[in-house]
Amino acid sequence: MSLGSSMRPCGDYRTTYASDMTIFATPVTRYITLAFIALLFLVPFVGSPYVLNLMIQIGYYGIAALGLNLVVGFTGQISLGHSAFFGFGAFASAWLSNSFGVPVFFAIPLAGVLTMLVGLLVGIPAGRIKGLYLAIATLASQFILEDFFARAGWFTGGSAGAMTEYLTIFGFSFDTDQSYYYVVLIYVVLIFTFTSNLIRSRDGRALVAVRDHYLSAEIMGINLTWYRVMSFGLSALYAGIGGALFGHYLGFVSAEGFTIILSIQFLAMIIIGGLGSIYGTILGTIFMVLLPELMEWSVNLFSGSYPDLVQSLAYIKEMAIGLAIILFLIFEPEGLAHRWQRIKAYWKLYPFSY
Amino acid sequence: MPSAQTLLQVDDISLSFGGVKALQGVSFDVKAGELFSIIGPNGAGKTSMLNCVSGRYHPQVGSIRFREKEITRLKPNQRCNLGIGRTFQNLALFNHMSVLDNIMVGRHHLLKNNFLTGGLYWLTGARKEELEHRRQVEEIIDFLEIAHIRKAQAGTLSYGLRKRVELARAVALKPDLILLDEPMAGMNHEEKEDMARYIIDLNEEWGMTVVMIEHDMGVVMDLSHRVMVLDFGKKIAAGLPDEIMANATVKKAYLGEEDDDLVDSEGEVA
Ligand SMILES: Nc1ncnc2c1ncn2[C@@H]1O[C@H](COP(=O)(O)OP(=O)(O)O)[C@@H](O)[C@H]1O
Ligand SMILES: [Mg+2]
Repeated sequence: MSLGSSMRPCGDYRTTYASDMTIFATPVTRYITLAFIALLFLVPFVGSPYVLNLMIQIGYYGIAALGLNLVVGFTGQISLGHSAFFGFGAFASAWLSNSFGVPVFFAIPLAGVLTMLVGLLVGIPAGRIKGLYLAIATLASQFILEDFFARAGWFTGGSAGAMTEYLTIFGFSFDTDQSYYYVVLIYVVLIFTFTSNLIRSRDGRALVAVRDHYLSAEIMGINLTWYRVMSFGLSALYAGIGGALFGHYLGFVSAEGFTIILSIQFLAMIIIGGLGSIYGTILGTIFMVLLPELMEWSVNLFSGSYPDLVQSLAYIKEMAIGLAIILFLIFEPEGLAHRWQRIKAYWKLYPFSY
Repeated sequence: MPSAQTLLQVDDISLSFGGVKALQGVSFDVKAGELFSIIGPNGAGKTSMLNCVSGRYHPQVGSIRFREKEITRLKPNQRCNLGIGRTFQNLALFNHMSVLDNIMVGRHHLLKNNFLTGGLYWLTGARKEELEHRRQVEEIIDFLEIAHIRKAQAGTLSYGLRKRVELARAVALKPDLILLDEPMAGMNHEEKEDMARYIIDLNEEWGMTVVMIEHDMGVVMDLSHRVMVLDFGKKIAAGLPDEIMANATVKKAYLGEEDDDLVDSEGEVA
């Protein structure tokens, strides 16, 4: 949770409650954030296709990771089946547009809603069980959905996979990285803004209350079952939208991608970024998308002297992910969001370290 | 003081955990506007009694009625709508939230915005609603003199302040009946005096009926209108503070126990 006060310059007193309840801690933060978003809109004009591709990945993975953070970081539950929701969203959107001719523009949010229904179903046990048992239940849902992807040919195209259409609005097709980038960016901005608002209003606080002390949350009138199940529903909604955006970007969806490995990668994003931190989610996603790139880059650098390295690239990438999670858990358990706060605090007080 | 109207009616409550009989046939009533104390040695069943009223435990036998309405089987989260709020013996704040957010959670059952309207904040009136409740929460913050820590993370506060924030959170529920489980335990003399003043104000100015568990006999005798004594899960006495002080059974069961923590460091047991 962001606790603004410590990050505010001294002498900055709020005179109305309204000005104390703004989404950004200070006007400066607001301008910086808005300027940053404006800059993001300029990226297609300057960024290389490689950069654009990475940023689009960060966008759809980031949306899905934010969903996972709602359930794990904010509500304090565990979910090991997030990639199955991501996959379900991708297939659902393809299915809606291929089988029913639903325009992709509507198929993406509708796929999110369908995935949410699946998430609510998976979330029902969460109303009753916790900890290790919930971990196993969500793991089971991961495997059941994977199995479903393989068998339900009418929905997924079976082992062949499903082709997806490009998003088209009024005849304009978002079939290039440059144009699709904007679609993803708008979704990211809307969903992250929505979530920031949610967290500072009634039901967002209720989720955190359930996490921090469920017994007293209940005394405060919070229906534990409802919030535990709803947080799964929301996490699936976000994963479904992220997955749909992924599907219409690649033009093709196949089941192999949505395994437990991807679920663990989603967990890595939010652990590394910061559990219960909205902007930490983005930081963690950036980290997780760039890490394999960095590995590949370094392997290529050393491949001259160690040619065997190139063959091991896939393993090196996976090991790097595992290593990153372990190192963060040991040295920065509160994630990049916390580290960033500390860096800001340091510069605010510089040159006085206290 | 005691207006004739009964707010809380507890009839013949028995509660056991396996072989442990935490409560055995306890009956009492609390009148609207009263400040009612429950005393008794550790393990007597005082907290269990509050838990039955707040819904955390469901007694095997007996009935609890609040404003004539049967609530014995009601879930805890359905009771704040009726007007029951409480604090806990062991701190139970939302430690990672700010003090302000902790207290705002108390408004949960009074707020209407939800996942959708809360997320759309500016478009749905959620902002306006949050702001209105924020104003009322600020009144509670002023009353309990915690304005200086409103943005602090609850888990980082001192014990005494956390107790006060818990009280604020319970007051934010707008309860008609507030249950306080050892609100002054572990506080120093000055903090206790403040807390006693808040409790009197809640009772007299804010019109809340108070049921309080407290070990400090000085405080209990000063504040309470009526006192009930529990021992080994049974009610052994009830009455006006003076009557309780004079009661031989109570003296024997409770007040004479030198090793109990009720004879606290300040020797306030009269
Ligand atoms: N959840 C529980 N499970 C088992 N035993 C309990 C539970 N809650 C209370 N008890 C038992 O009930 C008795 C009364 O406890 P309690 O109500 O906490 O006493 P008090 O608040 O008066 O100190 C004790 O013997 C305690 O061990
Ligand atoms: Mg107790």
